[in-house]
Amino acid sequence: MLSEVLAPSTARHGGSMRLRGRSYLAFALAPEPPIAEWLAELDLWLRGSPGFFAGRPAVLDLSAVTLTSSAVAHLVSELGERGIRIMGLEGVAPEKLGPGLPPLLSAGRPAPGGATEPAPGEAQVAKAPDSAPRSMVIDTNVRSGQSVFFPDGDVVVLGSVSSGAEVIAGGSVHVYGTLRGRVMAGTSGNGGARIFCRRIEAELVAIDGYYRTAVSLDPQHSDRPVQAWLAGESLIISAME
Amino acid sequence: MGKVIVVTSGKGGVGKTTSTAALGAALARSGNNVAVVDFDVGLRNLDIVMGAERRVVFDLINVVQGTAKLTQAVIRDKRIETLYLLPASQTRDKDALTEDGIARVIAELRMRFDWVICDSPAGIERGATLAMRFADEAVIVTNPEVSSVRDSDRIIGLLDSKTLKAELGERMPKHLLIARFDPLRASRGEMLNIEDVLEILSVPLLGIIPESEEVLRASNLGAPITVCGRDSAPSRAYYDAARRLAGEDVEMTIPSERRGLFTKLFGRRAA
Repeated sequence: MLSEVLAPSTARHGGSMRLRGRSYLAFALAPEPPIAEWLAELDLWLRGSPGFFAGRPAVLDLSAVTLTSSAVAHLVSELGERGIRIMGLEGVAPEKLGPGLPPLLSAGRPAPGGATEPAPGEAQVAKAPDSAPRSMVIDTNVRSGQSVFFPDGDVVVLGSVSSGAEVIAGGSVHVYGTLRGRVMAGTSGNGGARIFCRRIEAELVAIDGYYRTAVSLDPQHSDRPVQAWLAGESLIISAME
Repeated sequence: MGKVIVVTSGKGGVGKTTSTAALGAALARSGNNVAVVDFDVGLRNLDIVMGAERRVVFDLINVVQGTAKLTQAVIRDKRIETLYLLPASQTRDKDALTEDGIARVIAELRMRFDWVICDSPAGIERGATLAMRFADEAVIVTNPEVSSVRDSDRIIGLLDSKTLKAELGERMPKHLLIARFDPLRASRGEMLNIEDVLEILSVPLLGIIPESEEVLRASNLGAPITVCGRDSAPSRAYYDAARRLAGEDVEMTIPSERRGLFTKLFGRRAA
């Protein structure tokens, strides 16, 4: 029993601390100019999905815009007011960042769980995570108010997704039942992800950020199996026969 | 050891209190010792439906806080001697309920009664989650209309996550009671029909209670529908549901109002 409590003392030999690296998955917001319009679009999206970012890590990719350091700080606080806490910044020159801003991140990759090369001069070594595709299988209905979040791969639901429920996956989503809630597939930038369901009565479907809401669903697709996929920037829903 | 049933719904006004009283009375009539417990602290209604509102001295909060013993607080029904009511407080609010206190009260009720039926308040907040916390089984009351069904779905999700049973990794047996069903409106498409509700909720059906004016009449008279309007359609449906709850295999029917001879003669002529 006592041996479990003792930490191995050899690790502290020489007094050197080991810095370990970890890679995490975060949502990346990439504003485009003009910022005011982009914020308005974000507000519109948030109105349909309030609280989506609550507790979820987000990074801000500023490579498409040129902002002064005070503008960057202002944008971060604007997002903070909308409940989006930015934990890191990308695509901006380091001299624009002050002590009050989130740190600069480097070598972020769109694919989920990809290994990152250590930048020169950094003592960190990133762990290379298991890159085998994974899937989550849920063998009950996803009830109203429940949220399934699986950024590492596909989600299979052996049941229905109720109105007021949501499924968020890094890969594809397969619903062997009626989809009445929300599904967001390909959330890690995977535009090849698809959404399959036996019946579509969804509130919202999205692939890699491109979304369609219930009003835009074609009534001729109701009552039959459909798949949703991304063709360029259009989210297509077609019947599967 | 008794069985603890929570009667819940999510949405308000669908028939939880009516059903608690009706099922409790039906089970007690078969000789079981039954306690119906009002968990709607601050907005109590079960005492009115049971006709006991003028005999309330101590309530659930008193027992939880130790001000009164359980035996002092429960009120025996005047009509069925094995039926008891533990009322809620009307002046306090649900913050006075503690999980430990409720655990003790439920444990004591379980020892003294064969059935403990907890009338949950509406909503998904503390009152509702405490009412379901220590339940062995759940009866989910739904009206066949979209908002009620969605709220019931939410409550079913909570039954599978916020109860002690769920935390222990066990599945809580759930029973669906479709109340205020109107076959005419369902056939006109104004209401969901039974198959739609079952398809969305995927919970075994306990009973279908038809809409009836008798229910309001009974609650105004201060009696459960299964006591006051025994022959009415909803009462017969509740008796069947109580039998199913007790494990009996009863064929699922939707009782219709029995029309007297007089209305049968003249009703036909008017048509």
